Amino acid sequence: MRPDTGPHPVKTAIGPDPSVGVSATLSQPGPARRALRRLLARRAAVFGLAVVALMALLALAAPWIAPFDPLATSWKSVRKAPSLLHWFGTDEVGRDLFSRVIWGGRASMAAGLISVSIAVGIGVPLGMLAGYVGGLLDAAISRLTDAMLAIPFLILAIALAAFLGPSLGNAMIAIGVTATPIFVRLSRGQVLAVRAEEYVEAARAVGNPPARILLRHILPNILPPVIVQATLAIAAAIIAEASLSFLGLGQQPPSPSWGSMLNTAQRFLTQAPWMAVFPGLAIFITVLAFNLLGDGLRDALDPRSR
Amino acid sequence: MLKFLPRRLAQLVPTLFLVSVIIFLLQQLLPGDPATVMAGEENDPVVIEQIRQQYHLDQPLPVQYLYWARGVLSGDLGESMRIKKPVAELIVEKLPVTLQLATMAMGFALLIGIPAGIVSAVKKGSSWDIGANVFALWGLSTPNFWLGIMLIFLFSVKLGWLPASGFVSPLEDLGQSLASTVMPAFVLGNAIAAVLMRHMRSAMLQAMSADYVRTARAKGLLETVVVMKHALRNALTPVITLGALEFGTLLSGAVLTEQVFSIPGFGKLIVDAVFNRDYQVVQGVVLVTATVYILLNLLADIAYVLVNPRLRG
Repeated sequence: MRPDTGPHPVKTAIGPDPSVGVSATLSQPGPARRALRRLLARRAAVFGLAVVALMALLALAAPWIAPFDPLATSWKSVRKAPSLLHWFGTDEVGRDLFSRVIWGGRASMAAGLISVSIAVGIGVPLGMLAGYVGGLLDAAISRLTDAMLAIPFLILAIALAAFLGPSLGNAMIAIGVTATPIFVRLSRGQVLAVRAEEYVEAARAVGNPPARILLRHILPNILPPVIVQATLAIAAAIIAEASLSFLGLGQQPPSPSWGSMLNTAQRFLTQAPWMAVFPGLAIFITVLAFNLLGDGLRDALDPRSR
Repeated sequence: MLKFLPRRLAQLVPTLFLVSVIIFLLQQLLPGDPATVMAGEENDPVVIEQIRQQYHLDQPLPVQYLYWARGVLSGDLGESMRIKKPVAELIVEKLPVTLQLATMAMGFALLIGIPAGIVSAVKKGSSWDIGANVFALWGLSTPNFWLGIMLIFLFSVKLGWLPASGFVSPLEDLGQSLASTVMPAFVLGNAIAAVLMRHMRSAMLQAMSADYVRTARAKGLLETVVVMKHALRNALTPVITLGALEFGTLLSGAVLTEQVFSIPGFGKLIVDAVFNRDYQVVQGVVLVTATVYILLNLLADIAYVLVNPRLRG
């Protein structure tokens, strides 16, 4: 069995303070708990976290919370203004907008989480390899990253979604692939910063294989900025999904999605403005919450950035 | 500068090459035979064969790329399947519309973002600072197509002050042109204003704590002079160059804004091409966008080196 020094706490702001003695270290909370405490001390971040949790809950519990079937049309209730029966009003074919906004949250939250998971899943390993191995592999990955970053985010996502074909799944792939280079660049830079650290040198000196060094020693130390970036990327992905659905390249009708609901709403702006207000507000509140949470996480995980 | 420029230009070559490869390979994502998909509803075998010949789709992929890249280098971006016009010609037609919109949007972004950033930094911790930060969060979190729809509802449907859609060239009627672009330009500039505000605030806070600002204050200069003449002059330069990098946001935003306001520009061209399955146009627009973006990045880097004596080397 190979000797292993175990994962090291982050050597940045949330790492251990070398000046603190052993007895003091034992009585202090761990870095994760300290970061959580710092996060919970920020009111804006707590608000963001609460709204994200609420939105996630609404999306998960949509079948039980939504008062109406989001696809059920009713010719008797076409374009009804908000009322006690239909809190957000109804749309051009009499569907309940409150139910559609709740169900639409599923598409948006799923798009945010899945596309960012794709980006992190591809981008972080590639960036870590580029940073750790260096040389030709690093040059190739870095040049490809530069090239992808040279194409504006939404333009590339639109082009990818257009060529893949319009569907929510393809929109998620397009957004995920488009967001990948950000994570490649971020994790590469982080690996370059920590690869010369003493604990990595020590792990190498005792004979740990590169894969183990990357997974057990480097990955835990580069995670905080990746988590921050992922949170902010979810906000961007939700807007991107709404944009693609607005253009008809994401969720396809009649399935509800905030973007496609806005597309329809634009045609009925004079007769039924509420059709545009609520899906837009839902996007705004969700994206705002992720942005607040991302900013809070950045401050909590890296106090130097404050 | 003499060392910097050739090195920076040399870096452009592999980036542009890889961008062109990525855009060329988009075609490979089409499900099934690209020639059949490109022919669209016209399922005529003669047309399909013609497309296959025209785009060398019967050749190996690297050969297809070489033919395509040779065309691109000579200004031939292919032909629109639907409009039957060269893609380059379509882009040249639409670009001025988007440029007018983008220029006005950047004007709004600078007018809002820069003063908001300055006030936020100078009055750090005050209600002005909180207000500016709330504005930045608002700008970053609002989908611009929703903001556009809401502004149309307010200013066109309710108040009837501005046209809800369309575009009038400034050469035809300057007043009408401004009226037709003021709302979309504001919508487009909103998110960039938020980004500029954050950059400006950060740069000003850094400048305000610099030694030269302390010296200026020690000389007894008025605070306005210290802020406007000493801190702002130094803080503004990196912000302006960073602003150039926001061009990508501007172009991405233009796609949606032009769609909401039915403006016949560059963004609408790509959306219409997507719906008409006019893949040559999609590729052409993405390629031109990326090239312009790369060149603007280069100009921003050069400007940054020019104004920063320590980097001139």
